[in-house]
Amino acid sequence: METQPLLELSHIRKQFGGVVAVEDFSLDLHPGEIVALVGDNGAGKSTLIKMISGVYQPTDGAIRLSGETVSFTDASEARARGIEVVYQDLALADQQPVYMNLFLGREKLMKGLPLLDRRSMVKEAQQLVEDLDVRIPSAKATIRDLSGGQRQGIAIARATHWAKQLILLDEPTAALGVAETAKVEKQIAALKERNVAILIISHSLDQVFRLSDRICVLRRGQQIGIRETAKTDKNEIVAMITGVN
Amino acid sequence: MDDPGLPERHFRNSGIPTVTDERLRQVSPLRRALVRPELGAICGAILVFVFFFMIAGDSGMFGPEGVQNWTVVSAQFAIIAVGACLLMIAGEFDLSVGSMIGFTGIVVAILSVQWGVPTWAAILIAFALSMAIGALNGILVIRTGLPSFIVSLAFLYILRGLTIWLSILTTRQTIIGGVRDAAEGDWLAALFGGVIFKGFFQWLGDIGVIDTFSRGTRAGQPVVEGIPMLVVWAIALIIFGHILLTRTKFGNWIFAAGGDAQAARYVGVPVNRVKILMFMFTAFCASVFAICQVMEFGSAAADRGLLKEFEAIICVVIGGALLTGGYGSVVGAALGALIFGVVQQGLFFSGAESSLFRVFLGTILIMAVILNTYIRRLITGERG
Ligand SMILES: Nc1ncnc2c1ncn2[C@@H]1O[C@H](COP(=O)(O)OP(=O)(O)OP(=O)(O)O)[C@@H](O)[C@H]1O
Ligand SMILES: [Mg+2]
Repeated sequence: METQPLLELSHIRKQFGGVVAVEDFSLDLHPGEIVALVGDNGAGKSTLIKMISGVYQPTDGAIRLSGETVSFTDASEARARGIEVVYQDLALADQQPVYMNLFLGREKLMKGLPLLDRRSMVKEAQQLVEDLDVRIPSAKATIRDLSGGQRQGIAIARATHWAKQLILLDEPTAALGVAETAKVEKQIAALKERNVAILIISHSLDQVFRLSDRICVLRRGQQIGIRETAKTDKNEIVAMITGVN
Repeated sequence: MDDPGLPERHFRNSGIPTVTDERLRQVSPLRRALVRPELGAICGAILVFVFFFMIAGDSGMFGPEGVQNWTVVSAQFAIIAVGACLLMIAGEFDLSVGSMIGFTGIVVAILSVQWGVPTWAAILIAFALSMAIGALNGILVIRTGLPSFIVSLAFLYILRGLTIWLSILTTRQTIIGGVRDAAEGDWLAALFGGVIFKGFFQWLGDIGVIDTFSRGTRAGQPVVEGIPMLVVWAIALIIFGHILLTRTKFGNWIFAAGGDAQAARYVGVPVNRVKILMFMFTAFCASVFAICQVMEFGSAAADRGLLKEFEAIICVVIGGALLTGGYGSVVGAALGALIFGVVQQGLFFSGAESSLFRVFLGTILIMAVILNTYIRRLITGERG
């Protein structure tokens, strides 16, 4: 792959007080490429994603987007650059309806007025959940009333809807059943078709091998290595994750 | 899932089997229309009116003067309740509102009476100072991560002490008079005192809809002169707050910041800015209250506004807002203020012992919160 990488992480490090969550991490991600990030609990995977999305700022190292060094101070800046995230804890506002969550921070306004255009947001949200086959009673349903899987569906719908360049998925199918997982994997493949770069965290090695082009292993904050999916096998990855041969 | 009653399966054109889950709770439109934060306050307001109509209906409470009387009191509560409401929905409290009222009043009085600053400038400076203190409150809460309850409690004491000290330092007393004389003819002060629609009310008096004075210097003038500026402020703030909260992007961010700040941050909502601005808006409302009061009394006193922070919070809670943030309504808070004002003045009109007011207030607060919680559970069937 000789295109310019969309995302370049070089020697990223993140320290929380005395805890080093991520140590000297480097990775290039190209448009239309799927890289899986694997590692045991607490390995630093979510922290890494939050540094890319601007929620955390790296203690050290540089992040480049299409060759340009960026340092986002909050998530809105990353979103403005076409980066979307499905967070592990989903980041949905419980008391708000589905459509407001899909548009939170991206609210549609009426033409020429600073007022919310709820009708068109509801309509678009309804269309979106139907297209993605997220089964909820209505786009006006409150998040609090939805099941865990339905919430995850909404979070994924939001990210796929807005993602232009890069999508970061933190265990996107953790709460999903078999059929729902298959649907999400289809959506991920569709995003790849649209030339969106994808970084996915998953604890399911089967899923990782089904989807990814490359696999990157983290162990206790250390980057153990990157393998091309076609040239490795589960045994090698498991050994890298656990550190046991 | 080993559920014996397997849901019906069918296939969509995607080729992936989908399952229609009939357990999805369908919420009827009527129910949804009823699940409003202000429902309890609407019921409460009707109840309170019926109650006082029965026990004080012939006391003049519902005549022109009586109406003006409880409208003004309700408007006072409403002004500070709007600020407290938006702040509470944004997930924070400000317990320094009462002290802020005393502080703003004294600042206006010291500047205009003692230092001879034009009243309009004194008012603008007082607004700027109190909003800066509101911002400081907010910044401290955000930076330290401490609950706003604690931070603003500290400011409750700091500001009150500072106000008394300032007042004594400059005038050797805690009451400063002469504000109205200093404000004579001032364009900005006129926005905070006096009445509007004088002509209309004179006409109402002339045609006999409202009584006129028959004796004294005001003979021929209607007993209700017009609509007090205080009431105009209250209505304007209610409309502003309501539209801001329910119709604008920023209002949506207020809900999000209070409902789940972390989730809001993750999608890029500027949660800190929203919260700090709401602290400033609360301070603004407290200042409006203070300046209206100063213009009405013609004096400022360092002990003004005592307990107002709690009264504002009570109005907001009666109005159906959740103390935990993310849920509430300005209209509800305004109705809470109305209930509050009507009860306070109603007890006066019905000749009840005035000390009983607080007993009533506490009782109403508990009843309103129980009613609100109950209605919410009843209609939504919500968990926990
Ligand atoms: N905000 C924070 N403050 C302090 N420490 C943190 C913070 N966020 C993460 N950590 C620490 O950083 C380390 C990595 O956490 P992270 O959430 O990135 O792990 P993870 O790989 O996503 O794990 P999991 O598979 O369980 O989701 C952990 O030791 C965690 O305790
Ligand atoms: Mg994680």
